[in-house]
Amino acid sequence: MTVRTDMTVRTDVVRTESTSTAHLGAEGLTLGYAEHTVVTDLDLQLPPGRVTVIVGPNACGKSTLLRALGRLLKPARGLVLLDGEDLHHRPTRWVAQQIGVLAQTPTAPEGMTVFDLVARGRQPHQRWWRQWSAEDEARVTEALHQTGITDLADRHVDELSGGQRQRAWIAMTIAQDTRTLLLDEPTTYLDIAHQIEVLDLLRRLNHDLGRTIVAVLHDLNQAARYADHLIMMRDGRIVAHGDPADVVTDRRVHDVFGLEAIVVPDPVTATPLIVPAVPRYARARGNGELVPAEPADRIG
Amino acid sequence: MTSPQPPALERAARPVSRAGARRAGWLIGGAALLLLAVLLSLAVGSRAISPLTVVDTLLHGGHSDDAVVVRTLRMPRTVVGLAVGAALGLAGTVMQGVTRNPLADPGILGVSQGAAMAVVVAISVFGVSSLEQYVWFAFAGAVLAVVIVYAIAGRGRSGVSPVKLALAGAAFSALMASVTSAVLTTNAATLDQFRFWQVGALGGRSLEMAAQMLPFLAAGALLVFGVARGMDALALGEDTAHGLGQRVALIRVLGALGATLLTAVAVSAAGPVAFAGLAAPHLARLLVGAGHRWVLCLSALLGSSLVLVADVMGRVIFPPEEVPAGAMTALIGVPALILLVRSRRVVAG
Repeated sequence: MTVRTDMTVRTDVVRTESTSTAHLGAEGLTLGYAEHTVVTDLDLQLPPGRVTVIVGPNACGKSTLLRALGRLLKPARGLVLLDGEDLHHRPTRWVAQQIGVLAQTPTAPEGMTVFDLVARGRQPHQRWWRQWSAEDEARVTEALHQTGITDLADRHVDELSGGQRQRAWIAMTIAQDTRTLLLDEPTTYLDIAHQIEVLDLLRRLNHDLGRTIVAVLHDLNQAARYADHLIMMRDGRIVAHGDPADVVTDRRVHDVFGLEAIVVPDPVTATPLIVPAVPRYARARGNGELVPAEPADRIG
Repeated sequence: MTSPQPPALERAARPVSRAGARRAGWLIGGAALLLLAVLLSLAVGSRAISPLTVVDTLLHGGHSDDAVVVRTLRMPRTVVGLAVGAALGLAGTVMQGVTRNPLADPGILGVSQGAAMAVVVAISVFGVSSLEQYVWFAFAGAVLAVVIVYAIAGRGRSGVSPVKLALAGAAFSALMASVTSAVLTTNAATLDQFRFWQVGALGGRSLEMAAQMLPFLAAGALLVFGVARGMDALALGEDTAHGLGQRVALIRVLGALGATLLTAVAVSAAGPVAFAGLAAPHLARLLVGAGHRWVLCLSALLGSSLVLVADVMGRVIFPPEEVPAGAMTALIGVPALILLVRSRRVVAG
């Protein structure tokens, strides 16, 4: 395998569809379920035509924010804006033509083929009098091709490996043909190779098709590697946002995640790489016994 | 490989056409099965009539004893059975679709018993006696059942889960059955009339009754086919359905309305018939996949076939007595369902 170093080269990529990219953002957004407020008074601009990754500790409101951006959750206060228009006052079908959403660990019904799953992505473009068009066919074929699962089209979704299944779901959102794609932890439950496969796919979609990608990720190092724009959240607020190199620092990792860590340049991509500080119980070299570790001298 | 591109598109055949042909094949198979069931239903009984005579009677009429039996006795019960089975097949499919619950069917969710209770009350209190009047009471009872069962199942933190829904439905079903028997045992006149409208029996029906069912059946079918695409999206999860531009709440309300109407019309005509609404959609989904338009069509065909075959078996199993079709569907449906559950895992959407 050749290591692809081109993922660090981002800013100078020529994008043919840059004029049509959508501006998605939020103003004074407060979100919650029933009495429980999860996100408080949040302002946000997502750079169009870029890959934005949202990170933060568990229960920081990142998935809730993503749901609101995809119009799956009505804001308690504030607005989600798409090209300056209030998203929650637009027709559901219109929104579905603008923004694709991939929920966290979605499930397909038993016995559904990959082709059928991907074809459902065409629903926002279909009417009862026009069920299946040549355009639908072309988009689905293209989506299967883009995700490299053309050969799996006739297979049942529940027979696929985790990585293949996630690619099938992503293919469905590609077939939806939206300018913006929101993904909630698309790498959850995948092994490391499949995580990278999915993240590479998202970067390629952004690069080749000019899609604006917004993803919630758990892994900070992967986030720093694959994001153009990183948003770090804690307790329903944005703590920092911008270039990963500026956002990810020792201090912030400590403040936001409560983790003692040092940040070094990734040896491959030069993006920030978080290395947790000396473990409390380190394995001593040689005999494999657990011993209390020396306190780290350079944290802080 | 240095190319980051996925494999080229050479083998991108059109899977959709092949799958479509397979599904159409199953639909034709379902239609053939139903045709066979109809012929059996017209030919088999205490007076055996050869299929050739049946076909001849259908085509040319006639006034022989056989022709009269076919036309005046077996034809009506066959048409009513066909309509009841189709209504239950459709209702079950939609209940499973909108609740994303493989255990849903008119019987399990208590909708059938709710409708039956309302009809019994209508007979005993209001003295109604025609299907056109039954239907409205049955519909009211069915709607009440849906609302109560859903409200019971929806209590608590975790919301409506498949198991809670099935439990609430079973409990409500038992309650309604006991109310029904309480009304019947204390009211001899009602019991007498109710015996005619036996639990899941198709005998003694008229063609007029079948004609009265038609508008309700059509309205229900229109509603459930109208939400077919919505249910396709809903099968992928509520968030995904929203994301695909579907108005989930509207789909649920329209689907529930259609399913309730279909259950009401089936119960009005034949009383609560068990299992057709559960088994038909599962079998249909197994054969034609997850697309709801296909599943609805095949489920209606299979539901009709199941009810007719059950009715025929009920006629021959203890002659000269007849076992009601409603009891026979369970006898056929339960083993079929057990086989189904054991051979494939049932996915709770």
